[in-house]
Amino acid sequence: MTNSEATTVQDERGFWKDTGKTGITSWIFSTDHKRIGFLYFYTVFSFFLVAVILGILMRIELMAPGRTIMGPQTYNALFTVHGVIMIFLFILPGFQGVFGNLLMPIQIGARDVAFPRLNLLSWWIYITGAATIITSLFTGSGPPDTGWTFYVPFSARTGTNVTLAVFGVFLIGMSAILTGLNFVTTIHRLRAEGMTWGRIPLFVWSVYATAWVQVLATPILGITLLLIIAERVLGAGLFDPGRGGDPLMYQHLFWIYSHPAVYIMILPAMGVISEIIPVFSRKPIFGYGMIAMSSLAIAAAGSLVWGHHMFTSGMSDLAVLVFSFLTFVVAIPSAIKVFNWVSTLYKGSISLEAPMLFALGFILLFSIGGLTGLILGSAATDIHVHDTQFVVGHFHYVIFGGSGFAFFGAMHYWFPKFFGRRYREKLALAAWILLFIGFNVMYFSMMVLGVEGMPRRYYDYLPEFHALNLTSTFGSWILFAGMVIMLVNLFHGLLRGEPVERNPWGGATLEWSIPTPPPTDNFVEEPVVTHGPYDFKGSGIP
Amino acid sequence: MSSITPEQHVVSYGKLAATWLALMALTVLTIWVSFQDLGIFRVWAALSIASLKSGLVIAIFMQMKYENRLLKWLLFLALATLAIFIGLTFVDVLYR
Repeated sequence: MTNSEATTVQDERGFWKDTGKTGITSWIFSTDHKRIGFLYFYTVFSFFLVAVILGILMRIELMAPGRTIMGPQTYNALFTVHGVIMIFLFILPGFQGVFGNLLMPIQIGARDVAFPRLNLLSWWIYITGAATIITSLFTGSGPPDTGWTFYVPFSARTGTNVTLAVFGVFLIGMSAILTGLNFVTTIHRLRAEGMTWGRIPLFVWSVYATAWVQVLATPILGITLLLIIAERVLGAGLFDPGRGGDPLMYQHLFWIYSHPAVYIMILPAMGVISEIIPVFSRKPIFGYGMIAMSSLAIAAAGSLVWGHHMFTSGMSDLAVLVFSFLTFVVAIPSAIKVFNWVSTLYKGSISLEAPMLFALGFILLFSIGGLTGLILGSAATDIHVHDTQFVVGHFHYVIFGGSGFAFFGAMHYWFPKFFGRRYREKLALAAWILLFIGFNVMYFSMMVLGVEGMPRRYYDYLPEFHALNLTSTFGSWILFAGMVIMLVNLFHGLLRGEPVERNPWGGATLEWSIPTPPPTDNFVEEPVVTHGPYDFKGSGIP
Repeated sequence: MSSITPEQHVVSYGKLAATWLALMALTVLTIWVSFQDLGIFRVWAALSIASLKSGLVIAIFMQMKYENRLLKWLLFLALATLAIFIGLTFVDVLYR
């Protein structure tokens, strides 16, 4: 733990150095968790950019009533593919695959994950699933048009290429289960000497909780998707009431997985925020134990609330009541986290650099997303806004304003560690301002539209919704501009950025104690942990 | 590797045969119950017998009875999760 020793990029290229294999094989057959983390990063982020373009195209279609640039069938395919890519190819595998892989082993003082080859296999299965989904867009009788939820009976009857797409998602689920299994084992078995459960960083706690959700909930998605295939290919009649089936059973099975999946998307994001806030407030985190336990509580309680997606489906009144109550319960651990972050900021020596700005953006946008979630979780109000643009706005506040901003924050926070260089701070600030403004203009308009009664998933709308739709589309352009500036800045930093020392932010977690970029084996000598992850004084950081 | 490999436990033929007989008896019970008019309890009866049967298979044939406590807890956690999922689904199905 020699933080004072400055190792710069000129001296050491760390894990970027050749590992014996050459060219692309040194990446796609590498079992180094950092290389696998970057494999995930480049793939998930490429998919993210594709889905962003699809989103922009949808907003252009909606900027005026009537047909603007596409017809209804294309629009249906677009929102399906946008959702499938963003959910299954970007944000679900994103945090665990990228930052879980890059950081978790280092933060617990391990050389790698417990099963490095299984880790590589997870990525390969992910890529195979992704390729299958992409193939489904261009083969058969057109891309799926069901929405990312693949609801029956439509998904069982539509002529579009649902079977292949669903199989691709099945594969992605398998990859997630393997990653979850690997991470749970790693955190249990490979912690360094002195890395007690009370000393593991909060990001690791959130990765741990997420990994359990991946292991326990994803198999249900796998089975459900196979049932759709059985319905389409074999005509099983599982969800067809005419043949003794139950269409609501599909919704139950789908949301038993897919609501916990929202926590796979948001929990690691919360972990990132718990890392950034204390470092940029120069204060130990407030309520370490509560934040760690709230991650587990969110994972557990979040698995029991799926029925709130089905309030208008014809489910029993008792079930509506039970699921509405349970939904309110999840708000408690989420609020615990928010209050603890804000308490950490209180009287801290706050420095508003890019990662911190994204973290603060997260707190506000996630809070708006969370509170509007209560409007949807409360059965009485949900009936009015169900399936309107309000849901789209709420969901994007949680997943884009929450997870997305945390993802960008994590990119900025750990960028210097892995590349040994810095991006330009002022440009990062400009990008953040545009992202923040564009985001709110785009999605707040959607929530207002929803309250006014505009349904979602239609390519056309009544003329009275025009002004707000136009505003929302303008917002999407501002947001896009922010994203371009952010990426140009990071790319420029990668090539020409100023070299940095091993600990530019003054963090106390283990990754900041090792050389920059990290060596292939992470630690030059076996670490012995003697202090907590946010004990700045104990680790000799001013 | 040998240090983490659990000791092999040999289950006697008598015990295996008794378990098999118990499973057969429970299968007969399953069929008999399906002909009884139990109303709302029909599903509960079928699920209870099925749970008992799978419990016997896991404990004896799959040797979970002789495994360490951690493995038992992990299995319990997975099964409890499944039970909760099924239970909450019944809050809808039974009262629709």
